[in-house]
Amino acid sequence: MIETLLQPFAEFAFMRRALVGAIAISMTAPPVGVFLMLRRMSLMGDAMGHAILPGAAIGYLLAGLSLFAMSLGGFAAGLAVAVAAGLVARSRVIREDASLAGFYLLSLSLGVFIVSVHGTNVDLLHVLFGSVLALDDAALLLVAAIATVSLLTLAVIYRPLVLECFDPHYLRSVSRWSSPTHLIFLVLVVLNLVAGFQALGTLMAVGIMLLPSISSRFWVDGAGGMIVVAIAVAFVSSVVGLLVSYHYSVPTGPTVILSCGIFYLFSMFAGTRGGMLWRLMPRKHLEA
Amino acid sequence: MRFRLLPLLAAASLAISVSAAAEASDKASAAEPVKAVASFSILADMVRNVGGDRVEVTELVGPDGDAHEFNPTPADAKKLARADIFFVNGLGFEGWMERLETSSGFKGATVVASTGVTPRTMQEEHGDHVSGDDHDAGHEEHAEEHDHDHGDMDPHAWQDLANGEIYVANIRDGLIAADPGGKAIYEANAEKYLAALKAEDAAVKTALGALPQSRRRIITSHDAFGYFGDAYGLEILAPEGVSKASEPSAKDVATIIRQIRKDKIPAVFLENVTNAKILEQIATESGAKIGGTLYSDALSGPDGPAPTYLDMFRHNAGTLTAALSS
Repeated sequence: MIETLLQPFAEFAFMRRALVGAIAISMTAPPVGVFLMLRRMSLMGDAMGHAILPGAAIGYLLAGLSLFAMSLGGFAAGLAVAVAAGLVARSRVIREDASLAGFYLLSLSLGVFIVSVHGTNVDLLHVLFGSVLALDDAALLLVAAIATVSLLTLAVIYRPLVLECFDPHYLRSVSRWSSPTHLIFLVLVVLNLVAGFQALGTLMAVGIMLLPSISSRFWVDGAGGMIVVAIAVAFVSSVVGLLVSYHYSVPTGPTVILSCGIFYLFSMFAGTRGGMLWRLMPRKHLEA
Repeated sequence: MRFRLLPLLAAASLAISVSAAAEASDKASAAEPVKAVASFSILADMVRNVGGDRVEVTELVGPDGDAHEFNPTPADAKKLARADIFFVNGLGFEGWMERLETSSGFKGATVVASTGVTPRTMQEEHGDHVSGDDHDAGHEEHAEEHDHDHGDMDPHAWQDLANGEIYVANIRDGLIAADPGGKAIYEANAEKYLAALKAEDAAVKTALGALPQSRRRIITSHDAFGYFGDAYGLEILAPEGVSKASEPSAKDVATIIRQIRKDKIPAVFLENVTNAKILEQIATESGAKIGGTLYSDALSGPDGPAPTYLDMFRHNAGTLTAALSS
């Protein structure tokens, strides 16, 4: 049994690298995902994937098929969209989701426009996106570096960020850190997504960010506890996904995310906080 | 009144007859070549060789372009709408083709170049051919971004020069049907080109036939060389299946690495249309070297090593022989 679990990693370097990459992304993305979920920005990952297109297109125009230029362009565009959306949401007229939707649609059309006008056939986003099975040194270092920076930054802004999620007006009344915290958080989101796309592909990057966090809500109440549970779920799902992909010849990325998804469904039913199973059982009267 | 009516009538009838003559169907006078559109660069090159000066060829998917992931633009629809004849590969290569034909209002003839070719299916003929299974599994992930559906057939039939000859015959017949006035020219061009293809076929068979059996295996990114392997005696291993959209599984990559280590396969080959990452990872881990770039689904640009169909074969065969015989 142990043999089955360890053998693929012992024999193949690409499996070891995939494991390290998955561990790194499992530590950095879920905490960000927890806060995204708490702030009702869950679909941001998907939107950001399209928002980075004009940046990548401009990077391609200026420097050809250079991965660095396109990633940098993508990061800049993603950041611009996230920050602009955040600033607009500061107005009381529209909230985060509407402003983000507006900006990402704008940048998506701009990106498609730029790409089409220059008549290229190269599917830019496909060049940008990597695969967990193909992590070379540069990609591994990138993911690890992002993970380090992201975790340290989260540790620094943790308290204002939590307060920002639950009582933003109070935070604004006692501190100047409200807006900067929000913006720093958006930078972290884009950083994690762009790094994740490059290293692991869209599906794994966004999926690892959101699914474990959403599942963790069914098990614990506090933000700190949710982060811990989310990281654990992400890590276990990555390992399970890699092993299943190895032993049963199924594509790796989707399998990892499916593992996260299965745990999510399980949490929906059996989670200790609000799982459906518990609500079906007869309860004492006057119990919340 | 009568004086002015007559010149008026004369002018009117002259105008009408001139415009009628302009619309007459003899398209390929010296001033007006047949307008042909080919779906991708390899097919376009073949049409140019058969059509010569009588045919004006444009292609939809250009050199180094990826027909598997092609998204037609309005400019492409315009190109097609103006064309007299449309050459496609068939065998499921162009998933976007039908919709483009309908939406552009194309009224000309469509010629499927692979008519009469015996297709390869994706069921493994070699014991350790890993690519076929997860082709469908990874399909859905990219269904929204572009649609193509190979079913189980391998569409890369042009990689066997014998099939290339069938393509040329279909192209010639299609051109003759669209432009009967050029029949003699098309037949002459086609015959010359077929002779060149036959010669190249023999040359490739000789070059690759000289390699010992144990060296006749190669690794490429996606399974585009099935017909080539069958025709010229090479075994192809590819992690990505027939379409690049499918994602390889860890098992497939592991199998290939094991194979390379066991059989001491010397080289892996990149392709001009695919992302090299997975292959580079395989090469680094297994110790195989990168043997060069092969041209699979598209020609290179005019300055590259494979600007025509025949050059593509010369380049591919040369690269393979050089890497496998060392």
